[in-house]
Amino acid sequence: MSAAETTTTEVPPPRHSSPPSDGGTPRRPPRGRRAGRWAAPWLLLAPCLLVLVLVLGYPLVRLATLSFQDYKKPQLWGFKPATWVGFDNYKAVLTDNEFWSVVVRTVIFAGGSVLLTMVAGMLVALLLQRVSSWVKTLVNIALVASWAMPVVVAVTVFKWMFDTDYGVVNWVLSKLPGVNYDGHNWFASGPEGLTVIMLLVVWGAIPFVAITLSAGLTQVPKELEEAARLDGAGAFGTFRYVTFPIIKPLVVMMTTLSVIWDMGVFPQVWLMRGGHPEPEFQLLTTYSYEKAFGVNDYAAGAAIALITVVLLMGVVAVYMRQMLKIGEVE
Amino acid sequence: MSALTTQPPARPAPSAGAALLAARRRRSRITYNILGLIVFCLSAFPVYWMLNTAFKPAKDAIDPNPHFFPFPLSLENFRRALNISDFWGPVERSLIVSAATVLIGAVVGLLAALAISRFAFRGRKIVIVGILTVQMVPLVAMIIPVFLLLNQIHQIDKLSGLVLTYLTFILPFTVWTLRGFLVNIPKELEEAAMVDGCSRAGAFIRVVLPLLAPGLVATSIYGFIQAWNEFLYALLVMSQEHQTATVWLSSFTTQHGTEYAPMMAGSTMMGIPIVLLFLLVQRKMAAGLTAGAVKG
Repeated sequence: MSAAETTTTEVPPPRHSSPPSDGGTPRRPPRGRRAGRWAAPWLLLAPCLLVLVLVLGYPLVRLATLSFQDYKKPQLWGFKPATWVGFDNYKAVLTDNEFWSVVVRTVIFAGGSVLLTMVAGMLVALLLQRVSSWVKTLVNIALVASWAMPVVVAVTVFKWMFDTDYGVVNWVLSKLPGVNYDGHNWFASGPEGLTVIMLLVVWGAIPFVAITLSAGLTQVPKELEEAARLDGAGAFGTFRYVTFPIIKPLVVMMTTLSVIWDMGVFPQVWLMRGGHPEPEFQLLTTYSYEKAFGVNDYAAGAAIALITVVLLMGVVAVYMRQMLKIGEVE
Repeated sequence: MSALTTQPPARPAPSAGAALLAARRRRSRITYNILGLIVFCLSAFPVYWMLNTAFKPAKDAIDPNPHFFPFPLSLENFRRALNISDFWGPVERSLIVSAATVLIGAVVGLLAALAISRFAFRGRKIVIVGILTVQMVPLVAMIIPVFLLLNQIHQIDKLSGLVLTYLTFILPFTVWTLRGFLVNIPKELEEAAMVDGCSRAGAFIRVVLPLLAPGLVATSIYGFIQAWNEFLYALLVMSQEHQTATVWLSSFTTQHGTEYAPMMAGSTMMGIPIVLLFLLVQRKMAAGLTAGAVKG
């Protein structure tokens, strides 16, 4: 509370958006009921907005301006002022064939990851409702353990499991009749290597989805499901028309988050390839990083990053409307 | 709730239909349990493989025929992992940063979530869209400008700078998730408390907060793990001698080749405490939850 009060003077712009009937109280919100009612939400929001504007809003603006400048090593060290170059960076990036193949690769990678995560997560959540309690406990422990695994740790473990010479995966696959994966290098080709990375991403993402959905499922009134069953609905019908609509807000939220996270996959690729992803492993994030810190063309990196953000906005805009609908229903 | 109210009707005369239903239910329960165990194995295997590799002698780890059980048990890998470079310093720094981030994030985020879920006000929609939008921004895309900003406000190589950076992804997530939990708590409960003489704050503390607690805990834990696991910004902001735990672990890869066995030992030391802590709270969360209160 006190933090909120001290920051009130720093958020004047939103106040003007309040109804004119409340006008005439520019500095101190009076104790009156009416004024308190519109000031309270802004007081509550103030600290959050302040942090976000400082550490996210400003850099975002800087990212945009950077992408229109010529900004390389000399500018970074301050030997030369950054000069305005208009759309030159974008022209260079958008006419580069490599960039477009990176875009396609990223979309396929993220789309596949999200789909696998959501479907598998939902199935696990539904399964958890139907198993005996000791199985549920076991699965929960496994899920939580894999959820809590730091990405860096997970990458390391997967690298070890898919190792060419001593990897347990090659050994297991070779046990299958007619299959010989002895000494198979999973990272010799981009698509195969990215599939392994996708597996890693999905493995790490399922627990959050499954556990959250499973918590959501416990809030679905049993009576509703029983009623549907009595009325002759099958297992799928009950899920489709009773269970799913109730947990839909959760599903939408988690799909959105998955899209963001899977488009932003970075350490997985970066660490898996030892800090130097090959061209056929590049996703938009690593590509932007490579341009900025590998070739020291910070402006080009910023342009690619901004294009990623814009692309993501397009993907997510669809969900945004639904989110707002949820917000209105409250 | 008690056995008395639910059991008796089925007891006295089990008709043929009821018996058949029970048998079918038992059979599908077994199928589900088997599926559940498969999920358990798939999900747990990487974790198990990490532990297995960490606890067996290093030479067994590179045997072409994998040893599935860590016999003989060896702690040599842990000794080696601790000796390669300072371990406790990075862990301490990671703890400080994660705890601070989550604490600030939970308080600030809860206030904001309350504002957008419990108040009708002009500009509310804009704020919601804003927070959603902010959440869409991939942090990887912000490395360059964030670095420039931290440099400007002299927060490079400082834990506070890292906390500030982490808040950018913890906060929107916290606000949005808590909002989701809050929406699930009916306003009527609060209003009933207010009719009974509670103030708005009183109603929140006595009615909403207890119902929200599991969600708040879940969100905080998730935030803690996110902060603990973060790698990229920790690598960028902190210097070599002030590195966090994740960066410490990744520095294993730059040694001559990759020493998998000590690396798995390091991974174990870093991951397992978090996993245990998480399991502990998970149980607490499962206990109550809002289901009963809301229905009543």
